[in-house]
Amino acid sequence: MEIVYSLAIGVLAGSGIWLLLRPRTFQVIMGLTLVSYAVNLFIFGMGRLSVGAPPIIEAGKVVDISNYADPVPQALVLTAIVIGFATTALYLVVLLALRGLSNTDHVDGTEYNS
Amino acid sequence: MMGWLDHLPILPVVVPMMAGALMLLLKDSRRKALTGLAYLSVSIQLAVAVTLLIMTAGSISTDWNNDIGVYLLGNWIAPFGIVFVVDKLSAVMLVLTIVLGISALIYSTAFWDRVGIHFHPLFQFILMGLNGAFLTGDLFNLFVFFEIFLAASYGLLLHGSGSRRVSSGLHYITVNLIGAFLLLISISLIYGVTGTLNMADLGVKAGMLDAESRKLFETACAILGIAFLVKAAAWPLNFWLPNAYAAACAPVAALFAIMTKVGIYALVRMGSLLLPTGAPAAFGGEWMYAIGLGTLLFGTLGILAEKNTGRLVGYSIILSSGTLLTALGMPGVTLTGPSLFYLISSVLTTGAFFMLVELIKRTESFGSNVLSVSFEAFGLDEDKTSDYSGDVVGVAIPAAQAFLGLSFFTCAILIACMPPFSGFVAKFALLSSALELTDNNLTGPSVSAWLLVIAMLVSGLATVIALGRSGVRLFWNSDTFQTPKLSIREAVPVSVLLLSCIALSIFAGPVMDFLAETASSLDDPSQYINAVITQASTKSVGGL
Repeated sequence: MEIVYSLAIGVLAGSGIWLLLRPRTFQVIMGLTLVSYAVNLFIFGMGRLSVGAPPIIEAGKVVDISNYADPVPQALVLTAIVIGFATTALYLVVLLALRGLSNTDHVDGTEYNS
Repeated sequence: MMGWLDHLPILPVVVPMMAGALMLLLKDSRRKALTGLAYLSVSIQLAVAVTLLIMTAGSISTDWNNDIGVYLLGNWIAPFGIVFVVDKLSAVMLVLTIVLGISALIYSTAFWDRVGIHFHPLFQFILMGLNGAFLTGDLFNLFVFFEIFLAASYGLLLHGSGSRRVSSGLHYITVNLIGAFLLLISISLIYGVTGTLNMADLGVKAGMLDAESRKLFETACAILGIAFLVKAAAWPLNFWLPNAYAAACAPVAALFAIMTKVGIYALVRMGSLLLPTGAPAAFGGEWMYAIGLGTLLFGTLGILAEKNTGRLVGYSIILSSGTLLTALGMPGVTLTGPSLFYLISSVLTTGAFFMLVELIKRTESFGSNVLSVSFEAFGLDEDKTSDYSGDVVGVAIPAAQAFLGLSFFTCAILIACMPPFSGFVAKFALLSSALELTDNNLTGPSVSAWLLVIAMLVSGLATVIALGRSGVRLFWNSDTFQTPKLSIREAVPVSVLLLSCIALSIFAGPVMDFLAETASSLDDPSQYINAVITQASTKSVGGL
């Protein structure tokens, strides 16, 4: 599972970074989205991967905590998703505004004819 | 039983948040209510920040451990809950933020808060984020506050719209989003290795790692350092800054002057806490020093080459970041106090300068600040846009021109760190303590100290040349000159900031003593760590 998981993060981050370096705003926003997926998965993975382990310990029970998932990264990833979602939405607006103002989807707002 | 004083540390976050939320309910047309609320909020914040500063100085008796106040959010003890920590450094930064905030707010009411929507709520949210970043003792919470003030700054940077703002805003947002991802990666990696996010607890646990985890931890810290250096505008991560800051409208740019310093603050804070267990690369040590030198060099070249006054101030911010990084990267604690003094002085000055630049722009017709040769060579077009704020309705104060000239002169002296003002005091203190540092095996100052001295003096000279040149173009260009109209609400904040710099030079002694105390408490993070770890949760008495 770890191999598949880390490969998924690697592929997402790699494609994301490649897209980030492209000159078109749409490619950049797709890149940002992919990188944010990779980062979210990475945060989640930092809580150690487990299958079928609940993150909540029942009150009044003596338990072995190694049978439970770490709830903190799950909380962190939720926060990161929310913040990433909001900033991506904002970015989309700026992207459209730039498209409208400059009549091009180049990140610099001007076309370079080469 | 908690007295009201114990709740003070949370107010710098709660007050602007509530004010901003209330403002969202008001229409933008109800300006009186909006500005009233804004003034109320910043006044409360100023009072709270000053009280906190006095409390950390030990002048008000508290039950604080070593004058470090710890506020447990939701009464969860550290390291399980999020804590807010007020020590001397945080309190100084809070006061600095709110002084700059008030000036920017007064300035904005003259013109800028009307050119777009939601200026006032965004302004409150940026203050909330900044205050929170200075107060929090939790790494992830630091990320959240970073995002809060960055999100607000995106909105404020775009305030007033126009293609220049949108285009530089796009770059600014992209860079900061990537910075946020780096921050997230490093924070989660740190959590994965140490199992804690509390900064004080991290300072303890970092020392207990085995060799293999330590390597991973250092990697995480390096990524964290890069994320902070992006915010701190360190070379080579600062190409976004001059455009973004020059594009922002004046009060916003003035407020942005402190945003790069948040990065510096975060580096200093984390560096201080990780110091006893061996500070990882980016926090102190050779890397920070080398990056600082690079930033100084970049800023020097930039400021010499730049003709646009707005971008010129952007480069002076880069120079101040470079100076701070170089000085803080030097070994030992003696440079930290003067660095903090320099930080305060440079934030106030650059804040004032951003406002001043916009006022001065009213005096010039287009192109007077560009050499006629480069005019033809680069084919520059007319770009006097709708941003032109010369038509401000306000009382034209007499001798506006004299005021502008005098302020520009004062600003230039402050930025170039020439005598007699606070910039000079700061730089002099920095240089003399750098030269007092002796190498272990040498008797004289070390090579790095000499490099620091040379870099700082050269950058100072470059600043004098650049500002002198633009001063000549702006003020002694009689045929293209227009006498500006100036609203009193624009003159007051500039004067307030410059006068506080002058006050800083007059009271340099006590301020420097206080900052030296701050530095020595940063050098001994066990006080901070103890205060956080031992803070007991409050027992509820009588339903409180």
